Amino acid sequence: MSEINVIKRKGISGRIAEFKEKSPSEKRSAIADVLLNNAMYIVIVIAVILIAIKVPAFLSLSSVINIVSLTAAKLPIALGIGGAIVLTGTDISAGRCVGLTACIAASLLQMPGYANKMFPNLGVMPLVYVLLILLAVGALIGFINGLFVAKFKLHPFIVTLSTQLIVFGAVLMYLMIGTNNGQTLSGLDASYTNFVRGTLFTIGGVAVPKYVLYSIILTAIMWVIWNKTKFGKNMFAVGSNEEAANVSGVNVFWTIVTVFVLAGMMYGITGFIEGARIASCSANTGLNYECDAIAACVIGGVSFVGGTGKISGIVIGVLLLQIIFVGLNFLSVSANMLYIIKGVIILVACAIDMRKYLARK
Amino acid sequence: MEDKQIKKVNETPENKPALLRMENIDKVFPGVKALDGVSLTVRAGTVHALMGENGAGKSTLMKCLFGVYSKDGGKIFFEGREINFKNSKEALENGVAMVHQELNQALKRNVMDNMWLGRFPKIWDHLPFTSEKKMYEATKAVFDELGIDVNPKTVMSTMPVSQRQMVEIAKAVSYNSKVIVFDEPTSSLTEEEVEHLFRIINMLRDRGCGIIYISHKMEEILRISDDVTIMRDGKWIATKPAAELTMNEIIKLMVGRELTNRYPPKDNKIGDVLLEVDGMTAEYSKLNDVSFKARRGEILGIAGLDGSGRTELLENLFGVATRRSGAIKLDGKPIKNRNSRESIKNGFALLTEERRATGIFGILNIRENTTISSLDKYQTGPLLRKKKMKESTDWCIKSMRVKTPDQETKIRTLSGGNQQKVILGRWLLTDPTVLLLDEPTRGIDVGAKYEIYQLILDLAKKGKTVIMVSSEMPELLGVCDRILVMSGGKLAGEVDAAKTNQEEIMALAAKYV
Repeated sequence: MSEINVIKRKGISGRIAEFKEKSPSEKRSAIADVLLNNAMYIVIVIAVILIAIKVPAFLSLSSVINIVSLTAAKLPIALGIGGAIVLTGTDISAGRCVGLTACIAASLLQMPGYANKMFPNLGVMPLVYVLLILLAVGALIGFINGLFVAKFKLHPFIVTLSTQLIVFGAVLMYLMIGTNNGQTLSGLDASYTNFVRGTLFTIGGVAVPKYVLYSIILTAIMWVIWNKTKFGKNMFAVGSNEEAANVSGVNVFWTIVTVFVLAGMMYGITGFIEGARIASCSANTGLNYECDAIAACVIGGVSFVGGTGKISGIVIGVLLLQIIFVGLNFLSVSANMLYIIKGVIILVACAIDMRKYLARK
Repeated sequence: MEDKQIKKVNETPENKPALLRMENIDKVFPGVKALDGVSLTVRAGTVHALMGENGAGKSTLMKCLFGVYSKDGGKIFFEGREINFKNSKEALENGVAMVHQELNQALKRNVMDNMWLGRFPKIWDHLPFTSEKKMYEATKAVFDELGIDVNPKTVMSTMPVSQRQMVEIAKAVSYNSKVIVFDEPTSSLTEEEVEHLFRIINMLRDRGCGIIYISHKMEEILRISDDVTIMRDGKWIATKPAAELTMNEIIKLMVGRELTNRYPPKDNKIGDVLLEVDGMTAEYSKLNDVSFKARRGEILGIAGLDGSGRTELLENLFGVATRRSGAIKLDGKPIKNRNSRESIKNGFALLTEERRATGIFGILNIRENTTISSLDKYQTGPLLRKKKMKESTDWCIKSMRVKTPDQETKIRTLSGGNQQKVILGRWLLTDPTVLLLDEPTRGIDVGAKYEIYQLILDLAKKGKTVIMVSSEMPELLGVCDRILVMSGGKLAGEVDAAKTNQEEIMALAAKYV
């Protein structure tokens, strides 16, 4: 509300000069601001250095590529959830959606002649068809989520809690089809596993899997949608001020529905990749994936305040989480402790994030 | 117990001691001086009416008393002690209560839960269990005293607004309040209920309470009050015994101010009829059967009190509120305006009243705020062209003289006037023919107001129709060609801005109150 906004932008030198003019107490608070605004990055850099000193293998090529691959695998689901968070919502059905689509993909793409084949008479389906089926399934679940959020004004948490249960029930029923009797789906056709897990290229004898490329493509597509399309602008407007968006002529209903449909499609693609990546799909596939995805978004600055967030932030958020997990594994931290550390990271990240939006009185 | 505490500080001719004295209260909002040295003295055992137009500063003054706003200058004395309440709870505990115009009640809870909220009686002081029985009896006792016939166990949401208001009054009484502020208490009451309220007020007065009574209804004021304080533009104007005042005098004191160059010279030319509205009635608000015509190049003002249906008229016209009936014709052709998108396509634009709540996207930058309503223009295929958006935003910033370092600045960091210019720019980018402006200068400093008036006039000169709602009558008189006056959801009259005066508008605005 102040009129002090007529300050022109300065280069780094200008900022340093400005900093030098400040009184000691102002300097301290300015430094504190810079540190807090970049706290997550600082923590990560320190963590990487400490882990690398203790276990130098952490920075070996294979370890780095492992981190990148894990990031690529977890990225699409986070890109989907990110949109829901921009709308001040969330989506906790994501993990189960990935589970369902992964199971569908695995069941349709088992190798011919495999003993425990779910559909024994099915040949090898073209990958494109399977992918389209998964996109349709994901979009349908997303549409239901979006419809209930936009039309009946239910909080996304409630809606997606319900669809999470419904989808889980569907997964369990799906796994009972034929003689499968709830067993894990494996014995995938080579065309499928090669398409996803096959080698994109090798650096220093370490293979980079193909799904890293797919993840990059999806990230680029989502970046364009968020930043370069009318829908993207509308999404941020609805997330920032739904009432103002409505008055400004934004179709709030379709914007919300589209965000969830898009998210559902992302889960479908994640299911496609995940099915081949873990190569044995069960009812537990995808369990709690949404937790990591939401955490990554929040760490990456997609705020629950709404109307704010960047694709680059989501990528960094996912990457940072994976660095932490892999790093803690290198330090042989127990799996139980991992959960506690994860929880603390999310709390701290959210608290730092909120600082930016609190009106100071 | 009251008498012991009242120190006779300031004996008045009638020998009634001052219970509450507010002296030279100042309150400054960015760009606006909302209160400028306002004083108010409420004597024990009297009703003190506080009057003024919308925006005169009455509620700001009360908010300073209750600590909702912190005052920037002046002192408040209560029973001779200087006080500085931090919030309304502290005020209540010290015996200063307010019955709000908009009731803040826990609707899903029952009457007695609401009465004793925050101070539930306990079974035994040292136990954390509340006593339903004590609560019931205490509520009943207060109700009997005030002659209120309501079961304390009734759930709030099942009661009519008038009864809920009575509960609110009973709550204030139950705190043994010595000063009670009534803010427009009769706006939702029937005549019988008003009589009941007046009996209660008289009873409180006889007990030695000081009552501050805020209302627009002249007859009520003259009937119930002992003293009248009139405010205008955040300033104290006069305090007189009610017996010495007439309705006309009050109106004159409320509106009387001179117009000196606060408005750009009017040189717009009025053309043929562009917009015809016939029998507009709203589904969920009291807007009832409003018909009018507006011409090209005309600035049509809409006057009326808060809640008279002005905003609802614009919202119904723009399709963001549900219409029950009514026909709209644009250039002779019937149009529907079923939602904001359709209205924008038909060349309408709506600048909303609540800039923060329904206008700006605070967290987004200026460019995102200006382009949101006209994104179609910047598309090439499915993609938006940043260059075109930058050009449009540049045009907005330049032509409206928005003070900002750049387009990437978040809009919430701008001043109110600059925010308003950005939103006006948003609408100009949709190339509208009918602009609906709801309180376009609210919360804007005087200099920026002039610039907004000039922009409005320029739009009219380009042949656009501007329909402008305002609570500031001088503004309507200074800017508009014709003024519609709304009252109680209905159209109370239409006046020529060049020939009318504020008294006439005020009288029309009170027609269906």
